[in-house]
Amino acid sequence: MITRADVEYVALLARLELNEEEKELYTRQLGKILEYASILQQLDTSEVPPTAHVLPLQNVFREDRVGEDLPVEEVLANAPDREGNYFKVPRII
Amino acid sequence: MQLCDLPAHELAKLLRNRKVSAEEICRSVLQRIDEVEKKTKAFITVDGEKALEQARRVDKKLKNGANLPPLAGMPVAIKDNICTKGLRTTCASKILANFVPPYNATVVEKLAAAEAVIIGKTNMDEFAMGSSTENSGFFPTRNPWDYSRVPGGSSGGSAAAVAAGESIYALGSDTGGSIRQPAAFCGVVGMKPTYGAVSRYGLVAFASSLDQIGPLTKDVTDCALVLNVIAGHDPRDSTSVPGERPDYTQFLKEDIRGLRIGIPREYLAEGLDSGVREVLEKACAVLKEAGAEVAETSLPHSAYALPTYYLIAPAEASSNLARYDGVRYGYRAEDVKDVLDMFKKTRSRGFGAEVKRRIMLGTYALSAGYYDAYYLKALQVRTLIKRDFDTAFTKFDVLLSPTSPTPAFLLGEKIDDPLKMYLSDIFTLAINLAGLPAVSVPGGFVDGLPVGVQFIGKPFAEGTLLHVAYAFEKRTEYTSRRPGLGR
Repeated sequence: MITRADVEYVALLARLELNEEEKELYTRQLGKILEYASILQQLDTSEVPPTAHVLPLQNVFREDRVGEDLPVEEVLANAPDREGNYFKVPRII
Repeated sequence: MQLCDLPAHELAKLLRNRKVSAEEICRSVLQRIDEVEKKTKAFITVDGEKALEQARRVDKKLKNGANLPPLAGMPVAIKDNICTKGLRTTCASKILANFVPPYNATVVEKLAAAEAVIIGKTNMDEFAMGSSTENSGFFPTRNPWDYSRVPGGSSGGSAAAVAAGESIYALGSDTGGSIRQPAAFCGVVGMKPTYGAVSRYGLVAFASSLDQIGPLTKDVTDCALVLNVIAGHDPRDSTSVPGERPDYTQFLKEDIRGLRIGIPREYLAEGLDSGVREVLEKACAVLKEAGAEVAETSLPHSAYALPTYYLIAPAEASSNLARYDGVRYGYRAEDVKDVLDMFKKTRSRGFGAEVKRRIMLGTYALSAGYYDAYYLKALQVRTLIKRDFDTAFTKFDVLLSPTSPTPAFLLGEKIDDPLKMYLSDIFTLAINLAGLPAVSVPGGFVDGLPVGVQFIGKPFAEGTLLHVAYAFEKRTEYTSRRPGLGR
């Protein structure tokens, strides 16, 4: 069963800040969804390989050749903050 | 009937015979948008000026005697999670409310090469997470057949736009039913191609092992024509499958004698609306009458598809949506102490409730101590689900089911209960888990609301799906009906 402490921990991992109401709501709703998901435990899958994706493709290679770049100005046009050709963020250290 | 109510292949004929101009077609669509958009709210962005410019360019080329591709001059609406260079692409999320992509998705490049006229960007559930378009971060879309009902989702804007004549056709994306379920609710044709058939480059990622772009059209012929434009290998998407794609119009044939059609009995179980069941039974009768062999089959692990999906899709989403951190693009919270605080406040204010719920669920399923019990277990059950289909396809050419257990539901009816909402995709999401192609075709009406039937095919058997869908359409003609639009 998922607890309120679990929800707070997972929120930190996911970089989400939840208010009291959301913590309560998600504890309840995630609990219900996970309880529903527990029916998967009925199946014996000890001999079943996982399917991460359905294609037989693996290790798709290409030539290591320089392609076209996106223009710096167009890329930085969407940045919330910038300085010169850099993305600017609040102080980290 | 106005020009905007016609399918693309009919308009293309009129255009080539110089009975109408591309500009007239475009103006007809824009006029319909003026008339009904206040009610449908299908679009997040409409760019009428640019569309008219594109249409006039097509007219000019035609006048100069150019030999243009089949869909030249046809207006298309694009789901707002597909990147369009210079045209705002929001994923219906506040976190991307002002995002203007510096590049085009591959499918948009292909549309441009096909001389398409891009009308605008359609509303959706935020980041394609939802089944009703009520989870849009901006406003809900309404069903053109009944404005008190949802258009389905997550490609609800695309489906509503096509049904209402606010576009001639549209592109959507389908991760668990997001093209097929809204197509069914709005009475249009919607196809999810085989995983890897259409490039995902430039599609904003939700669940990368499940997402596919596909067409929403007024009929099956248009579906084949649009698939001709968008399908193909793309070196920029490493999960795009190499090799040529066929000309899909060659499959549009009415003779389906001897075609083996299986009905998964698990899809007829409880929760299925009695009207929807009748639609399916009538569809079976039509197909039998046409000479197909219709018989019951079984997909024994069907009951496990929903929980499997709701572990895998959120897990992939939680990882994909980690990129929205307020650094390189999108919304950033201002009043912050430090970088961690910026991440948390940006994401908490930028994402809506359902997106946060799925990020939480996915993060939990992937976290230390729970990975084996939830995520790995779901990947193993995914194998069992895929094997069910492999087994069924040893005896059948296609499978047939309802697209959704009910017709379009009322706005607000399921929004407070996520599990109830998720059940609306119960017949569609196993197909994404197995990576198969499937198409929803209008199959009839219940109390004036359209109901879809779904044909499911083997990997890369889009041709077989178009064949059976076309044969069904020719014998039923449900795709020729249009909503009254409250006029």
